[in-house]
Amino acid sequence: MKPSSLVHSAGALTAGLVCGAGLLLSGMTVPSKVLHFLDPLGAWDPSLAFVMAGAIAVYAFAYRLISRRSAPIAAPTFSTPPPTRIDPKLIVGSLVFGVGWGLSGYCPGPSLISLSSAALPVTLFVLAMAIGTTAGMLLEQL
Amino acid sequence: MSSLPWKELLGGALVGAAASILLAVNGRVMGISNITGGLLRPRPGDSAWRLWFLAGLLGAGLISRWIAPSAIYPSPAPSWLLVGAGFLVGLGTRVGNGCTSGHGVCGISRGSVRSVVATLLFVGAGMTTVTLLRLARGG
Repeated sequence: MKPSSLVHSAGALTAGLVCGAGLLLSGMTVPSKVLHFLDPLGAWDPSLAFVMAGAIAVYAFAYRLISRRSAPIAAPTFSTPPPTRIDPKLIVGSLVFGVGWGLSGYCPGPSLISLSSAALPVTLFVLAMAIGTTAGMLLEQL
Repeated sequence: MSSLPWKELLGGALVGAAASILLAVNGRVMGISNITGGLLRPRPGDSAWRLWFLAGLLGAGLISRWIAPSAIYPSPAPSWLLVGAGFLVGLGTRVGNGCTSGHGVCGISRGSVRSVVATLLFVGAGMTTVTLLRLARGG
């Protein structure tokens, strides 16, 4: 393994661990808490808005610093998404995702962290999520 | 100041730090649905970092079993509903090209209008779904 690929792997592993720790600490892996965040007219728990606020505060600052570099530490180029339009795909996809999130209390990250419990219900969720993603990939090829 | 949700703020800051690491080291946007979804249609030389990131998420979950056993809690939804919900989350994040981390954190941070719109839509759809379910149950 080349030194750069070792750093590349270590960077991704560290990012996964730190992201997981953050989502666990914030309560994002407690679906009932997420569902109370999504219930503003009921027993609303707005505290999860601070997860997004804390994350954006750190990343918006770091993004500006990192963007000054000509290249990342262990990759030849930055692979940032190309600017695209607000199209029907974005609108429909986001709405469909939101319905699934509201039915379960799981978005992708917390469901994958919770998969470590090896409990059957969340395993079924993640398997269905993989099938849904594959269905989305097939739709794109139509 | 005890009224501020410090765990949520600090947890969020860690998520932002993780996204910063992935951008600085790997040059990648930390969109979890795109990172792991890419494993389902692998391209040569592009899977290792995705697997390491996923290993980190799962590793954090495993470690939490010792130091914070109640941090991972099952969903109140029945399994049949979780299957449907999982399908919608997988499909929606693929078609909409992002989830809470990619659009909600990384996209908004770099001022992407597209990500602001996506985030408003999925939070709005989530809130509508939860509200309608509660009303249907007579809550």
